[in-house]
Amino acid sequence: METNLMTLEDALGQVPYRSAVGALLFQLADDDLLIGFRDTEWLGLAPHIEEDVAFGSVSQEELGHATYYYHLLEDLGFGRADDLSALRPAQDRRNAVLLEMPNGPGVFLDDPHYNWAFTVARHYLYDVYAMVRLGDLLESSYQPLRDVAIKVLREKRYHRTHHELWVKTMASHSDDARKALAYAMTEAYQATGDLAHDGGHRESFEVFSIWPRVGTVGQRWHEEVKAFLEPLGVYPSGVAHSLAINGRNGEHTEHLVSALQILSEVYRLDPTAQW
Amino acid sequence: MDRLHEVEEILKTVRDPEIPMANIVDLGMVDAVDVDDEHIFVRLMPTFVGCPAQRVIIRDVEKALRDHFVLAISVEMGMLTPWTSDRITEEGRAELKASGIAPPGATLDDVACPFCGSEEAVRENLFASTSCRSLFYCKACRNPFEAFKPI
Repeated sequence: METNLMTLEDALGQVPYRSAVGALLFQLADDDLLIGFRDTEWLGLAPHIEEDVAFGSVSQEELGHATYYYHLLEDLGFGRADDLSALRPAQDRRNAVLLEMPNGPGVFLDDPHYNWAFTVARHYLYDVYAMVRLGDLLESSYQPLRDVAIKVLREKRYHRTHHELWVKTMASHSDDARKALAYAMTEAYQATGDLAHDGGHRESFEVFSIWPRVGTVGQRWHEEVKAFLEPLGVYPSGVAHSLAINGRNGEHTEHLVSALQILSEVYRLDPTAQW
Repeated sequence: MDRLHEVEEILKTVRDPEIPMANIVDLGMVDAVDVDDEHIFVRLMPTFVGCPAQRVIIRDVEKALRDHFVLAISVEMGMLTPWTSDRITEEGRAELKASGIAPPGATLDDVACPFCGSEEAVRENLFASTSCRSLFYCKACRNPFEAFKPI
């Protein structure tokens, strides 16, 4: 199927197209910003020094992806990239709720008791979704997004490989590890109701070929996740995921409010400062 | 030497800030160079999307060119051509080894110790000190070493 490729100039000249691309970019950017931020909260606290090192790179890459998308939004005239990442309130955010959930009880500076099994489960589930979505976006009609998709996809592949290894290791190491992981996987899975939700933009994503396969992304994600987790005995079968809070529609928890408050604190001291 | 060639020679003096022996040309980071009587335009490719060295590299390229030419200089990072690790030239691979980093293999574990050449290495971590590297331990000479990830 021939897709009419759209450049930045083309998009700027077509209001409905620009609006639809913007909606997708906000999902992409907010997703990677939030998981990148949650990943940074493990620095100094990871259960193994090598994991601390790994998360340094993983979080940098997630935030790098977010930064790139915020710059695409800036090019489209949605505002300055730094302002979009730091100043938008929770109700304007379009990330999936799974990604704003805390790593565990406590806050980074005050008695954190983060849950490694939950972090592994959350990251694995997101890494698979990110890859399915990016694979689709290789065919996006929006040229600037299509161009970067392959780079982001290759980096996400390494994240997924890393977390698949953790899932396999925890699932086969000991009864305690498998139970902890199974429990965490159930918790994380329950929060994925909005992960593949289109935020009401399905029609425009399809009609404009921005994301033609959006309609089946959830199903394809689910198939990959089930195929991997079931043989390991940690697939949360029978567990329904809830759409009670739909992050794609700007519905969020207080966890997002506190995460945004922390990650934007320095920037908000002086948004006009030159960094 | 024509001007295009001159620009390319100047670009070879710009090193990756985190890989002391390697220059950006041999790392395959130069996508396009355009020269006319008034302008020099250079488009580079980031190795990893979030690489924090990007701005430093742009600045270093601008400075190197400005020190040598009076033409208008324009340098940018672009995604038109995605950077892949197979763009690293043979010279680039030698430069990585000289920096103590094993050049990328066909697969993740297809690496040799940059210190002793042994292929008996154990991968300790998919992620090392920067995005682009993994961490290995050489069982022969017992040194840890980093390896460039194939991407």
